[in-house]
Amino acid sequence: MQVLLGLGGSDDGFRALERTVARVAGAGDDLVVAVLDNPTTGVSPADVEARVEATLEDAGVEAAVRRLEGDAGPSLVELAETEGFDEIVMGGGEESPLGKIAVGRIAEYVVLNATVTVTLVR
Amino acid sequence: MMAPDAFPDEPTGPFEPPPRTFEDGRGRTLALRRYGETLDDVAAERRALVAMYDDFDPADRAQGIPPSNGPAVRTWLDGLLVDAAIHVLAWDEDAVAGHAILVPDRTGAYELAIFVHQDYQGAGVGTRLIRALLGAGAEAGVERVWLTVERWNRPAIALYKGVGFETTEAASFDLEMALRLAPVATSPPSEDP
Repeated sequence: MQVLLGLGGSDDGFRALERTVARVAGAGDDLVVAVLDNPTTGVSPADVEARVEATLEDAGVEAAVRRLEGDAGPSLVELAETEGFDEIVMGGGEESPLGKIAVGRIAEYVVLNATVTVTLVR
Repeated sequence: MMAPDAFPDEPTGPFEPPPRTFEDGRGRTLALRRYGETLDDVAAERRALVAMYDDFDPADRAQGIPPSNGPAVRTWLDGLLVDAAIHVLAWDEDAVAGHAILVPDRTGAYELAIFVHQDYQGAGVGTRLIRALLGAGAEAGVERVWLTVERWNRPAIALYKGVGFETTEAASFDLEMALRLAPVATSPPSEDP
Protein backbone atom coordinates (compact mmCIF):
# COMPACT_ATOMS: atom_id res chain seq x y z
CA MET A 1 0.00 0.00 0.00
CA GLN A 2 1.13 3.53 -0.79
CA VAL A 3 0.83 5.71 2.30
CA LEU A 4 1.18 9.50 2.35
CA LEU A 5 1.72 11.04 5.77
CA GLY A 6 1.31 14.80 6.08
CA LEU A 7 2.57 16.86 9.00
CA GLY A 8 3.30 20.52 9.61
CA GLY A 9 4.93 20.62 13.02
CA SER A 10 2.07 20.11 15.49
CA ASP A 11 2.44 17.53 18.26
CA ASP A 12 -0.33 15.31 16.94
CA GLY A 13 1.46 15.18 13.57
CA PHE A 14 4.65 13.90 15.19
CA ARG A 15 2.64 11.28 17.11
CA ALA A 16 1.08 10.19 13.82
CA LEU A 17 4.56 9.97 12.30
CA GLU A 18 5.87 7.71 15.04
CA ARG A 19 2.90 5.35 14.86
CA THR A 20 2.93 5.25 11.09
CA VAL A 21 6.64 4.56 10.87
CA ALA A 22 6.22 1.66 13.30
CA ARG A 23 3.29 0.27 11.33
CA VAL A 24 4.92 0.66 7.94
CA ALA A 25 7.99 -1.21 9.14
CA GLY A 26 5.79 -4.19 10.01
CA ALA A 27 3.38 -4.07 7.09
CA GLY A 28 5.84 -3.46 4.27
CA ASP A 29 3.91 -0.44 2.99
CA ASP A 30 5.55 2.32 0.96
CA LEU A 31 5.66 5.58 2.89
CA VAL A 32 6.08 9.13 1.66
CA VAL A 33 6.23 11.90 4.26
CA ALA A 34 5.00 15.33 3.19
CA VAL A 35 6.21 18.30 5.23
CA LEU A 36 3.51 20.96 5.11
CA ASP A 37 3.48 24.70 5.67
CA ASN A 38 1.68 25.25 8.95
CA PRO A 39 2.68 28.66 10.31
CA THR A 40 0.41 28.23 13.37
CA THR A 41 2.74 25.62 14.91
CA GLY A 42 5.77 27.89 15.21
CA VAL A 43 7.98 25.05 13.95
CA SER A 44 9.78 25.72 10.67
CA PRO A 45 9.46 23.24 7.80
CA ALA A 46 13.23 22.69 7.96
CA ASP A 47 13.00 21.68 11.62
CA VAL A 48 10.04 19.41 10.89
CA GLU A 49 12.01 17.79 8.09
CA ALA A 50 15.02 17.20 10.33
CA ARG A 51 12.83 15.56 12.95
CA VAL A 52 11.17 13.39 10.32
CA GLU A 53 14.55 12.23 8.99
CA ALA A 54 15.72 11.40 12.51
CA THR A 55 12.56 9.43 13.28
CA LEU A 56 12.88 7.45 10.04
CA GLU A 57 16.52 6.73 10.71
CA ASP A 58 15.87 5.57 14.28
CA ALA A 59 13.22 3.17 13.01
CA GLY A 60 15.31 2.00 10.06
CA VAL A 61 12.48 2.89 7.66
CA GLU A 62 13.15 4.16 4.15
CA ALA A 63 10.75 6.87 3.06
CA ALA A 64 10.87 9.83 0.72
CA VAL A 65 10.45 13.16 2.49
CA ARG A 66 8.91 15.93 0.40
CA ARG A 67 8.36 19.57 1.21
CA LEU A 68 4.97 20.88 0.04
CA GLU A 69 4.81 24.62 -0.34
CA GLY A 70 1.67 26.71 -0.21
CA ASP A 71 -1.74 25.91 1.19
CA ALA A 72 -1.21 22.69 3.14
CA GLY A 73 -4.60 20.97 2.78
CA PRO A 74 -5.04 21.41 -0.97
CA SER A 75 -1.43 20.55 -1.81
CA LEU A 76 -1.56 17.35 0.23
CA VAL A 77 -4.83 16.23 -1.37
CA GLU A 78 -3.50 17.02 -4.84
CA LEU A 79 -0.32 15.03 -4.26
CA ALA A 80 -2.28 12.04 -2.98
CA GLU A 81 -4.62 12.04 -5.96
CA THR A 82 -2.16 12.77 -8.77
CA GLU A 83 0.32 10.15 -7.59
CA GLY A 84 -2.18 7.43 -6.73
CA PHE A 85 -1.70 7.06 -3.00
CA ASP A 86 -4.04 4.64 -1.22
CA GLU A 87 -4.20 6.49 2.05
CA ILE A 88 -3.45 9.85 3.66
CA VAL A 89 -2.40 9.77 7.33
CA MET A 90 -2.45 12.80 9.59
CA GLY A 91 -2.49 13.77 13.25
CA GLY A 92 -5.89 13.31 14.86
CA GLY A 93 -6.17 16.54 16.78
CA GLU A 94 -4.95 18.28 19.87
CA GLU A 95 -6.46 18.32 23.32
CA SER A 96 -7.71 21.47 25.00
CA PRO A 97 -6.96 22.07 28.69
CA LEU A 98 -10.28 20.33 29.44
CA GLY A 99 -9.44 17.36 27.27
CA LYS A 100 -11.66 18.27 24.33
CA ILE A 101 -10.25 17.09 21.05
CA ALA A 102 -10.05 19.62 18.23
CA VAL A 103 -9.21 18.36 14.76
CA GLY A 104 -6.72 20.68 13.07
CA ARG A 105 -7.72 22.93 10.20
CA ILE A 106 -5.53 21.09 7.69
CA ALA A 107 -6.88 17.68 8.73
CA GLU A 108 -10.42 19.00 8.51
CA TYR A 109 -9.84 20.18 4.94
CA VAL A 110 -8.28 16.87 3.96
CA VAL A 111 -11.05 14.76 5.53
CA LEU A 112 -13.72 16.72 3.70
CA ASN A 113 -11.98 17.03 0.33
CA ALA A 114 -9.82 13.98 -0.30
CA THR A 115 -11.16 11.15 -2.45
CA VAL A 116 -8.73 8.64 -0.94
CA THR A 117 -9.01 7.12 2.52
CA VAL A 118 -7.88 9.41 5.32
CA THR A 119 -6.64 8.11 8.66
CA LEU A 120 -6.42 10.45 11.64
CA VAL A 121 -4.11 8.97 14.27
CA ARG A 122 -5.15 9.45 17.86
CA MET B 1 -4.35 27.51 18.51
CA MET B 2 -6.84 26.29 21.10
CA ALA B 3 -7.72 29.62 22.73
CA PRO B 4 -9.33 32.67 21.14
CA ASP B 5 -7.10 35.42 19.78
CA ALA B 6 -9.49 38.05 21.08
CA PHE B 7 -12.20 38.26 23.73
CA PRO B 8 -15.25 40.53 23.76
CA ASP B 9 -14.46 44.02 25.03
CA GLU B 10 -17.68 44.39 27.00
CA PRO B 11 -17.72 42.54 30.32
CA THR B 12 -20.69 40.32 31.17
CA GLY B 13 -22.22 39.92 34.60
CA PRO B 14 -22.77 39.94 37.45
CA PHE B 15 -23.58 36.28 38.04
CA GLU B 16 -24.75 35.05 41.41
CA PRO B 17 -22.07 32.78 42.89
CA PRO B 18 -22.82 29.52 44.70
CA PRO B 19 -24.09 28.30 47.08
CA ARG B 20 -27.66 28.57 45.84
CA THR B 21 -30.70 26.36 45.67
CA PHE B 22 -33.41 26.38 43.04
CA GLU B 23 -36.38 24.38 41.87
CA ASP B 24 -35.84 22.85 38.45
CA GLY B 25 -38.43 22.57 35.67
CA ARG B 26 -39.70 19.31 37.12
CA GLY B 27 -40.16 20.45 40.68
CA ARG B 28 -36.92 19.05 42.10
CA THR B 29 -34.97 21.19 44.54
CA LEU B 30 -31.33 21.27 43.49
CA ALA B 31 -28.35 22.80 45.25
CA LEU B 32 -25.46 24.49 43.44
CA ARG B 33 -22.19 24.37 45.33
CA ARG B 34 -18.47 24.47 44.68
CA TYR B 35 -16.73 21.10 44.64
CA GLY B 36 -15.84 20.05 48.16
CA GLU B 37 -18.56 22.02 49.95
CA THR B 38 -21.41 19.52 50.08
CA LEU B 39 -20.59 16.09 51.50
CA ASP B 40 -18.55 15.27 54.60
CA ASP B 41 -15.36 14.65 52.71
CA VAL B 42 -13.98 15.35 49.27
CA ALA B 43 -13.46 11.66 48.52
CA ALA B 44 -17.22 11.12 48.85
CA GLU B 45 -17.88 14.03 46.49
CA ARG B 46 -15.45 12.61 43.98
CA ARG B 47 -17.28 9.26 44.17
CA ALA B 48 -20.63 10.99 43.58
CA LEU B 49 -19.16 12.85 40.61
CA VAL B 50 -17.64 9.69 39.15
CA ALA B 51 -21.02 7.98 39.61
CA MET B 52 -22.67 10.66 37.46
CA TYR B 53 -20.13 10.12 34.69
CA ASP B 54 -20.32 6.31 34.94
CA ASP B 55 -24.05 6.64 34.24
CA PHE B 56 -23.65 9.39 31.62
CA ASP B 57 -25.43 8.82 28.31
CA PRO B 58 -22.69 8.22 25.68
CA ALA B 59 -24.84 10.14 23.18
CA ASP B 60 -24.24 13.26 25.27
CA ARG B 61 -20.47 13.07 24.94
CA ALA B 62 -18.94 15.90 22.97
CA GLN B 63 -15.50 16.38 21.44
CA GLY B 64 -14.14 13.33 23.21
CA ILE B 65 -15.27 14.20 26.74
CA PRO B 66 -16.28 12.82 29.10
CA PRO B 67 -14.16 9.79 28.19
CA SER B 68 -16.29 6.75 27.48
CA ASN B 69 -14.81 4.18 29.84
CA GLY B 70 -14.50 4.06 33.60
CA PRO B 71 -10.74 4.23 34.11
CA ALA B 72 -10.39 7.03 31.55
CA VAL B 73 -13.13 9.05 33.28
CA ARG B 74 -11.23 8.80 36.55
CA THR B 75 -7.93 9.86 35.00
CA TRP B 76 -9.65 12.73 33.21
CA LEU B 77 -11.37 13.95 36.40
CA ASP B 78 -8.20 13.71 38.47
CA GLY B 79 -6.47 15.94 35.93
CA LEU B 80 -9.23 18.52 36.36
CA LEU B 81 -9.81 18.33 40.13
CA VAL B 82 -6.82 20.58 40.80
CA ASP B 83 -6.56 23.75 42.85
CA ALA B 84 -6.23 26.01 39.82
CA ALA B 85 -9.59 24.84 38.41
CA ILE B 86 -13.07 25.88 39.53
CA HIS B 87 -15.83 23.28 39.79
CA VAL B 88 -19.50 23.80 40.58
CA LEU B 89 -21.82 20.84 41.08
CA ALA B 90 -25.61 20.63 40.94
CA TRP B 91 -26.82 18.27 43.67
CA ASP B 92 -30.13 16.45 43.98
CA GLU B 93 -29.73 15.41 47.61
CA ASP B 94 -26.54 13.35 47.55
CA ALA B 95 -26.48 12.62 43.82
CA VAL B 96 -24.72 14.82 41.27
CA ALA B 97 -27.07 16.09 38.55
CA GLY B 98 -24.58 18.33 36.74
CA HIS B 99 -20.98 19.50 36.73
CA ALA B 100 -19.50 22.72 35.37
CA ILE B 101 -15.78 23.41 35.09
CA LEU B 102 -13.36 26.29 34.49
CA VAL B 103 -9.78 25.21 33.80
CA PRO B 104 -6.93 27.65 33.18
CA ASP B 105 -5.08 27.52 29.87
CA ARG B 106 -1.51 28.65 29.28
CA THR B 107 -2.56 32.24 28.59
CA GLY B 108 -4.38 32.91 31.86
CA ALA B 109 -7.80 32.52 30.26
CA TYR B 110 -10.15 29.71 31.33
CA GLU B 111 -11.79 27.00 29.26
CA LEU B 112 -15.36 26.20 30.28
CA ALA B 113 -17.33 22.98 30.01
CA ILE B 114 -20.62 21.83 31.46
CA PHE B 115 -22.21 18.39 31.74
CA VAL B 116 -25.78 17.69 32.83
CA HIS B 117 -26.90 14.12 33.49
CA GLN B 118 -29.61 13.00 31.08
CA ASP B 119 -32.23 12.75 33.86
CA TYR B 120 -31.87 16.48 34.48
CA GLN B 121 -31.74 17.83 30.94
CA GLY B 122 -34.48 20.08 29.62
CA ALA B 123 -35.25 21.34 33.12
CA GLY B 124 -33.24 24.56 33.20
CA VAL B 125 -30.39 22.99 35.18
CA GLY B 126 -27.70 23.90 32.64
CA THR B 127 -28.52 27.60 32.72
CA ARG B 128 -28.51 27.74 36.51
CA LEU B 129 -25.31 25.72 36.69
CA ILE B 130 -23.36 27.80 34.19
CA ARG B 131 -24.46 31.06 35.82
CA ALA B 132 -23.30 29.76 39.20
CA LEU B 133 -19.97 28.69 37.68
CA LEU B 134 -19.45 32.13 36.13
CA GLY B 135 -20.31 33.69 39.49
CA ALA B 136 -17.72 31.47 41.20
CA GLY B 137 -15.22 32.35 38.46
CA ALA B 138 -15.76 36.08 38.82
CA GLU B 139 -15.31 35.78 42.58
CA ALA B 140 -12.02 33.99 42.00
CA GLY B 141 -10.81 36.76 39.68
CA VAL B 142 -11.36 34.95 36.37
CA GLU B 143 -11.76 37.43 33.50
CA ARG B 144 -11.50 35.65 30.15
CA VAL B 145 -13.57 32.52 29.53
CA TRP B 146 -13.79 30.50 26.32
CA LEU B 147 -15.19 27.24 25.04
CA THR B 148 -15.64 25.23 21.90
CA VAL B 149 -18.88 23.54 20.89
CA GLU B 150 -19.88 21.36 17.98
CA ARG B 151 -21.70 23.47 15.41
CA TRP B 152 -24.75 21.18 15.31
CA ASN B 153 -25.23 21.33 19.08
CA ARG B 154 -27.91 24.02 19.00
CA PRO B 155 -29.17 23.60 22.59
CA ALA B 156 -25.66 24.08 23.95
CA ILE B 157 -24.98 27.07 21.68
CA ALA B 158 -28.27 28.66 22.79
CA LEU B 159 -27.29 28.12 26.44
CA TYR B 160 -23.91 29.78 25.95
CA LYS B 161 -25.36 32.70 23.99
CA GLY B 162 -28.01 33.14 26.66
CA VAL B 163 -25.40 33.85 29.33
CA GLY B 164 -23.44 36.21 27.10
CA PHE B 165 -20.91 34.18 25.12
CA GLU B 166 -20.06 35.55 21.68
CA THR B 167 -18.82 33.50 18.75
CA THR B 168 -15.14 34.28 18.13
CA GLU B 169 -14.31 31.65 15.50
CA ALA B 170 -16.72 29.86 13.22
CA ALA B 171 -14.51 28.53 10.43
CA SER B 172 -13.89 24.99 11.66
CA PHE B 173 -15.81 21.89 12.83
CA ASP B 174 -16.31 23.52 16.20
CA LEU B 175 -17.56 26.96 17.10
CA GLU B 176 -15.34 28.88 19.45
CA MET B 177 -17.10 31.23 21.86
CA ALA B 178 -15.76 33.66 24.44
CA LEU B 179 -16.93 35.92 27.23
CA ARG B 180 -15.29 38.54 29.43
CA LEU B 181 -16.43 38.39 33.05
CA ALA B 182 -17.19 41.62 34.85
CA PRO B 183 -14.96 41.97 37.91
CA VAL B 184 -16.78 41.47 41.18
CA ALA B 185 -17.50 44.82 42.79
CA THR B 186 -15.92 45.33 46.17
CA SER B 187 -18.27 46.56 48.93
CA PRO B 188 -19.95 49.74 47.74
CA PRO B 189 -18.67 52.93 49.30
CA SER B 190 -20.86 54.28 52.05
CA GLU B 191 -22.97 57.27 51.09
CA ASP B 192 -22.91 58.61 54.60
CA PRO B 193 -20.35 61.31 55.25
